[in-house]
Amino acid sequence: MLNTIYRLIEPRKIEVEFNELDLSKDNVIVRPTHLSICNADQRYYQGKRDPEALAKKLPMALIHEGIGTVVYDGKGQFKEGQTVVMIPNTPVEKDSVIAENYLRSSKFRASGFDGFMQDNVAMDRDRLVELPEEIDKNVAAFIEIISVSHHAINRFESLSHGRKEHIAVWGDGNLAFITALQLRYKYPDAKLYVMGLVREKLSEFTFTDETYHIREIPEDIVIDHAFECVGGEGSPKAINQIIDYIKPEATISILGVSENPVPINTRMILEKGLRVFGSSRSGRKDFQDTVDMLTQHPEMVEHLKNIVGDVVLVKSIEDMHTAFEKDISKAYGKTIMLWNV
Amino acid sequence: MIYGVILAGGIGSRMAKEKPKQYLNIGGKPIILHTIEKFRLCSEFEKTIILCPEDWIEYTKELVHKYIKKTEDIVIIKGGSTRNETIQNAIDFIENEGNLNNDTIIVTHDAVRPFVTYRIIQDNIKAAEGYGACDTVIPATDTIVESQDNQVVSAIPDRSKLYQGQTPQSFNALKLRELYRSLSEEEKDILTDAAKIFVIKGEPVYLIKGETSNMKITYPYDITVAESLLKEKKDA
Repeated sequence: MLNTIYRLIEPRKIEVEFNELDLSKDNVIVRPTHLSICNADQRYYQGKRDPEALAKKLPMALIHEGIGTVVYDGKGQFKEGQTVVMIPNTPVEKDSVIAENYLRSSKFRASGFDGFMQDNVAMDRDRLVELPEEIDKNVAAFIEIISVSHHAINRFESLSHGRKEHIAVWGDGNLAFITALQLRYKYPDAKLYVMGLVREKLSEFTFTDETYHIREIPEDIVIDHAFECVGGEGSPKAINQIIDYIKPEATISILGVSENPVPINTRMILEKGLRVFGSSRSGRKDFQDTVDMLTQHPEMVEHLKNIVGDVVLVKSIEDMHTAFEKDISKAYGKTIMLWNV
Repeated sequence: MIYGVILAGGIGSRMAKEKPKQYLNIGGKPIILHTIEKFRLCSEFEKTIILCPEDWIEYTKELVHKYIKKTEDIVIIKGGSTRNETIQNAIDFIENEGNLNNDTIIVTHDAVRPFVTYRIIQDNIKAAEGYGACDTVIPATDTIVESQDNQVVSAIPDRSKLYQGQTPQSFNALKLRELYRSLSEEEKDILTDAAKIFVIKGEPVYLIKGETSNMKITYPYDITVAESLLKEKKDA
């Protein structure tokens, strides 16, 4: 079948191209319905990646966060009309030690191969997780980023020492909100702090014990472990501030993406015996666990509705630009495209 | 109930090939198969009815069985002498199935427009259900010139009010049949498509936004264009 793909040709220029989807293959054909814009998409859209990366990766369909409806499964495993979460990470090998999202051979949607901005997407059947109908679809659209945070918290659990009485999250954006919310449920007895820059955003973190402006953090605050959810140009300040405040032998989980190398205070990392670890992306199990978590805790979904920003009906390329431009000018929240092209 | 109706009735005399154009390949597969597959992925359709020249019915059946796994919701029947007679054959089929009633919708589409999108089909279904008839169009880009005598320009209509017709055209099937049967022979002679039946009878036909890529493969040149649209990502 001829399939329409909406590829970014160059920054801020999307064009229609077509490919052939072979319905006789083992793939499941999914019609995207709700797509969520990520900062990584914006870096391509606005041309903020380096020219070599842009030249190598474009033309390419953006978006790696989204859900859709199964429209065809030759094997009948998935029913037509079933709502599914699409997993962007696509491994091509298995490793007994290294997780699928860290294998260098794995492909990732909207980063080297086409993302979900297509009429239909041919998905490997193990790259789909069934979505219960009761989960709000605008929230479900960004299950990918929730699963990334979920994955990082699981790694934290296995990499950190047992004293988890005071946990802090640096950042006041979407990733910080999602991470703090999951920490609240995972460690209900811990004191949970969020350190951010914008007071209005911090006021949304109603489920934490305290929020602090980054210039007003008490000197005597106790922090056993921290999560960095800042990224970008704020990365060095955030990581170094964490290193200053955090207790010895603590764990620092780095989640924020930075385009540039980040200078950090390694002397103090050594002196305090800190464990600094990174997490990126997520695999099938993280997606399934996230869907199960949201099913078991519908109140989490209610919290997550607070970070649903603009919901843009997309019927044309012009609408796609509208969604990306609205996302650029937003103060807060995830921009959702109701995919109806 | 909603039926997909794929019109493959005409034999393409303008192509410099022997086969009707809907049976030529693009992307290594006959054009008509691409179109059928697009319709099959719309779960709203009770069945997709394909109307083709009588001599090509068996060939079309073989193609469908060769390329498509589940074929129980695909029907291949003979087209009529004109486009509108072909559509009437589809409505006859629906009637014989006992499914022709006030709510029956048909989404009629040219077999040679394989680039139709899901959104266009969905918009057609909604508009036909809501208003009884709709036509897929794109704004005219070329200036359209009218000539009454084929020699001199008699008028140049305002382009901002002109559109180029594409397909699908979608209708309430019962209403289409009633209106068609009420036409005089002279009125039938000037029909170019089914939407015009509604227009002649003063019935509204709603516009659905098409896409320039929803092209009709008419000339050999179009095959070249269609092939060039099929760009695979180099490392996909």
